[in-house]
Amino acid sequence: MVDVNGAEYEREVDARRLLIHFVRDDLGLTGSHIGCDTGNCGACSMIVDGTLVKSCMMLAVQADGARIETVEGLAENGELSGLQQAFSDKHALQCGYCTPGMLMSATALLRSNPNPSEEEVRKGIQGNICRCTGYVNIVEAIKSMGEAS
Amino acid sequence: MTETVAPPKPLVVEEGKPQKGWIGQNVPRKEDKRLVQGEGVFFDDIRRHEMGYVHFVRSPYAHARIKSVDVSKALELKEVYGTLTGDEVAILTDPFFELSIPPGAHMKDYALAVGRVRFVGEPVAAVVASTRELARDAAELIEVDYEPLTPLVDARKAQDDDAPILHEEAGSNVVWEGVFDWGDFDAAVAEADHVVKIKELHFDRFSSTPLECSGCLVEYNRGTGQWTMYCNHQMPGVGAIWMAPALRVGIDKLRFVTQDIGGAFGNKICLHPYFVACCLLARKLNRAVQWTEWRTDQHTANAHGNERWFQEIEVPVKSDGTMLGFKVKAVDDCGAFPRYEPLGCIIWAQVTPGCYRWRNIRVDFTQVTTNKSPVSPNRGYSRMQHLWFTERVVDIVASELGLDPVEVRKRNYVKHEEFPYETPNGCVYDSGDYARCLDIALELVGYDSIDERRAEAESRGKLLGVGIGSTLDSGTNNFGQSTLLNPDLQFSGNNEVATVKLDIFGEIVVTLGTVPQGQGHETTAAQVVSDILGCTPDDVNVRPGHDTYWNSHAGLSGTYASQFAVTGLGAVKGAADMLAGEMKKLASVVLGCTPDDVELAEGRARLKANPEVALPFMALGAILNANNAGLPEDLEITLNCRYMYRPYFELPDKERKFGNLTLTYATQIHACVVEIDPETGVYEIVDYAAVDDCGVRIHPQIVEGQVHGATAQALGAATHETFPYDEDGNLLTPNFYDYHVPHALDMPPMKTGYIESASPFTPLGAKGMGEGGGAGIHAVCAALQNALQSRGKPIVTDSCNPYHRIWSLLRDPDASREGLEVTAS
Repeated sequence: MVDVNGAEYEREVDARRLLIHFVRDDLGLTGSHIGCDTGNCGACSMIVDGTLVKSCMMLAVQADGARIETVEGLAENGELSGLQQAFSDKHALQCGYCTPGMLMSATALLRSNPNPSEEEVRKGIQGNICRCTGYVNIVEAIKSMGEAS
Repeated sequence: MTETVAPPKPLVVEEGKPQKGWIGQNVPRKEDKRLVQGEGVFFDDIRRHEMGYVHFVRSPYAHARIKSVDVSKALELKEVYGTLTGDEVAILTDPFFELSIPPGAHMKDYALAVGRVRFVGEPVAAVVASTRELARDAAELIEVDYEPLTPLVDARKAQDDDAPILHEEAGSNVVWEGVFDWGDFDAAVAEADHVVKIKELHFDRFSSTPLECSGCLVEYNRGTGQWTMYCNHQMPGVGAIWMAPALRVGIDKLRFVTQDIGGAFGNKICLHPYFVACCLLARKLNRAVQWTEWRTDQHTANAHGNERWFQEIEVPVKSDGTMLGFKVKAVDDCGAFPRYEPLGCIIWAQVTPGCYRWRNIRVDFTQVTTNKSPVSPNRGYSRMQHLWFTERVVDIVASELGLDPVEVRKRNYVKHEEFPYETPNGCVYDSGDYARCLDIALELVGYDSIDERRAEAESRGKLLGVGIGSTLDSGTNNFGQSTLLNPDLQFSGNNEVATVKLDIFGEIVVTLGTVPQGQGHETTAAQVVSDILGCTPDDVNVRPGHDTYWNSHAGLSGTYASQFAVTGLGAVKGAADMLAGEMKKLASVVLGCTPDDVELAEGRARLKANPEVALPFMALGAILNANNAGLPEDLEITLNCRYMYRPYFELPDKERKFGNLTLTYATQIHACVVEIDPETGVYEIVDYAAVDDCGVRIHPQIVEGQVHGATAQALGAATHETFPYDEDGNLLTPNFYDYHVPHALDMPPMKTGYIESASPFTPLGAKGMGEGGGAGIHAVCAALQNALQSRGKPIVTDSCNPYHRIWSLLRDPDASREGLEVTAS
C-alpha cells in the first residue's frame, strides 16, 4: 500500500521490484524516468515521506505505507505550479527527459531552503544529470522561485 | 566558482532586418506544458497487452569466435516467450548494406553476431519474457561457447602485418582510404618561410550519452506484414533504407512512430541492428515486444563518437603569420562495424580549411575497424574532429613561432567581405564575420585585462591561460558527398517534408517529417505558420513527433546534421505558403473577388479593401471539407498541403573531390580562461564566453539553449568524458560512475553573445546551429596549452584532458613535444 500524489494503491510486488519500475510499470505513472542503472542520473527522483530519493535505488517493498510525491502531483487542477511555469518561462528544459526528476529535486530544495543561493541551487540538483541545457537555465528557473518568495 | 554571469551589457549586434510577426520572438514552447507535468510520451512509456520484454545476451569478449549458442535452458523458464540467435538472423535477413567501396563493402553486419563477436557488449542472442527481470534471468541461462581471439584496440596498428583481421571477408581492417589534394601543397611549402611539423594529435572517443537510452516497442501485423515501431530513432528515413532490404520487405512495411525523445545527438541514428532483432522477435512470437537499452549497454555497445588520429602534420607558414594550408595523415577509428561511419571519411571536408583562408591542403584519410564499440554520428559529427585539428594547428603554430593567437586567427580567418566564400574544395561558406565574433568573445572574458589576471593568479600559485575555439557548424548536407566515398551510391541533394492543413473546424494542423528530440520543433514550426497564415502560434497545432503514416516525410527525413531551421522550416514555410494560396482562392470564390484581393489576418480571410468582409478560418475549413455544393468544378484545392523543401545542390566532382557539400555555415567562437594548479594538474574553467552566429534566429531562447547545451557537452568532452579501453578491449567507463558528464556544480560561469549574419541561401535566412562544432573542446585545449607555456611549452595533443594528463604535461613537457619541429623553408 502506498499513497502516490494523494491516491492510494495496493499491489503485490516481487521483492526485487525497484520503486521506479513499480511506479512506472505497475501504477502507470510514467512521468518519472530512468536514465541509468547506477543511481547517478536522478531522472527517477521522487519525494518519499518528505525525503528526496532516487527511486531506482529503493525497492518497492521498502516504500510500503509511504507517501510518495512524483512529478504528476505538482500541478493542481491543471494549473502548473510556480516552479513548473518557471521552467517553461526560462527555457529550463529541452528534451524534457530529466525534467521530472529535476523538478522533484528542486521542489525538495525549495521546501528546505526557500531562498537558495546559486551555489545552493547547484548543490541541490547535483544528483540530476541534464544533457541538453548545461544547467544554465535550470539554475535560473529555480533561483527565480527563491526570489519570488 | 559557479556563478552564471550575465554580460554587463548585452553584447548583441543585429544585422538581420527587424522581423515583423512571430519569427524572432521567444514564444512559450508548445512542448513544455506536457513535459513539465510528466505527460510527455517517450517510447518506454508505451504499453501493449501481453507484451514481452527483450533482453540481449552480449559478448564478454572484444574478439572471439562463437562456437555454439544454447538457448534451451532459458526456454524452459515459465513466461519466457522465446529467443533469437545469430544463426536465425543469418537465415532470416540479409546483411545491412555497406556504404563504402571495398574493403569496407565486404564487411558483413547483421542484427546479431553471426559466427564471431567483435566488441564487448555485441549482442549475440536475445530473449523475450513477461517481465524485464525475468528476461534478464533468462539471458543468464543462455550458454554461449566462445573461442577468444586477439583483439585490436589501437587503430594505428590496424594495418600492421600481424594485426588481427576483424572481418575476414574484407581481408583487411581498412574500411576506406583516399587522398584529398587541393591547391598545391608543395608550392605552398616552397612559398613559406617556415614549416611547422607536428608528429601526432589524437581526438578522443566520447559520446553525448543522451539521458534516455535507445529502444522501441514493436508490433507486427500478421495480416499486412507490417511492423510498427514506437521508438526513438532520430533518422527513420535512413533507418528504413537500412532495415527494409535486410528484412526483405518493401519500405512501407516499416512504420516508425516517435513522440518525445530524451535527447539523441546523433547517437540514435544507428539503431537498425537492434530494431531488426526486435522486428524478427515480434514476428516470430506474434507478440508485441519492447526493448529498452540499459545505460551500461548504451555506453558499451550503442554508438560512440569517432576517434581520430592526426599524424605527420606539416603546416607552411609565412613570417607574417599567414598560414598557407596543411598536410595530414588521418586515421579514423570506427570501431567494429562501419555502419554510418564511412560518411565520416568525407563529412569533415565540409569544413576543410576550418574558419581559415587556407588554400593548399592534402589529407590522406584512412578509416579502420577495431574491436571497440561501433561509432555513429555524434553532435559535431566528423567536422568537430577536423575543426579541433585546425584549431590545434593554429595554436601550436602560434606558440612555436611566437605569434599572438588572436592576431594569427584574424590574419587567417575568412574575412567578412569575402562571403560567400568558396573553399579550396568547392564548399561555399554562406555568410559570417568571424573576427567580429572573436572580438565579442574576448570582450566577454575581459581579454584586455588578461595579463593582470595572469599575474594575480600567479600570486595565488596558479597558472592562468586563455584559449579560443573558432568553429563552424555546417548544416544541411548535400548527400552527393557520399559519391566521393563510393561513386555507386545513389544519394544526393537533401530534402524535408511538412504538411499544413486547414481542418473542418478551422484548425490548422501541421505535421513534420523531422524527428524532434528537444529542439522545440512544434514551437518554431508554429511561429513560421502563424506568420504566413495571419494567426497566432496558439492557433497552430503541430503534431508532436514523427509518424511514417502521416506521409509527411521523405527518404532523407530526420533530425540530424544541424538543419531543421533550414530544411524542416523550409518545408513548413512551403506548405504554409501553399495553404495560404488555397485559402485565398477559396475565399475569393465565396466573396466574389480575385485571390489577390484577399489577405489572411487575425484568423480570417478578408478583403484587403474592406476588412469587415471576412470569412473566419472555420468557415473556409467547413465549406471545402463538408459543405461544398456549388463550388466550381475547376477549383482544385485540398486545404491539405504537402511540400517538399529541396535546397539546390549539384553532384560534386568525384575526381577532384570538389563541390558544395553543405548549404549553411553557422559560426561559434568561444573563449575560455582556465587556472591550473601546477602541483596537481587540477584545473578550473574560471571564465567562459560563447558567441554564436546562426543567421536569422527564429526563437532566440531556443538558440541560446542549444549554445548552452553544446558548450556543456564540449566542456565535458574536453575535461573528463572519455571511452578508454584496456588492452583486452574492455571499456573502462561503462556507466555514469566512471564516465563523468558535467553536473550542475561542474559547469563554469557562461556568458553568451551573438550576431546575425543572415544566410543568403535559405528560405528564412536561418542556419542550422544545434551541433556547435565542439568549440568548447578547442577552447579548453587552447587555454590549457596557453596556461602551461611557462612550464616548458608542452603542447596539448589530445582532445580530452583529465587532470592526470595535465599533471603529465607539467612533469614531462618534452614528451608532448616529441617530433615537433620548425624548419626554415
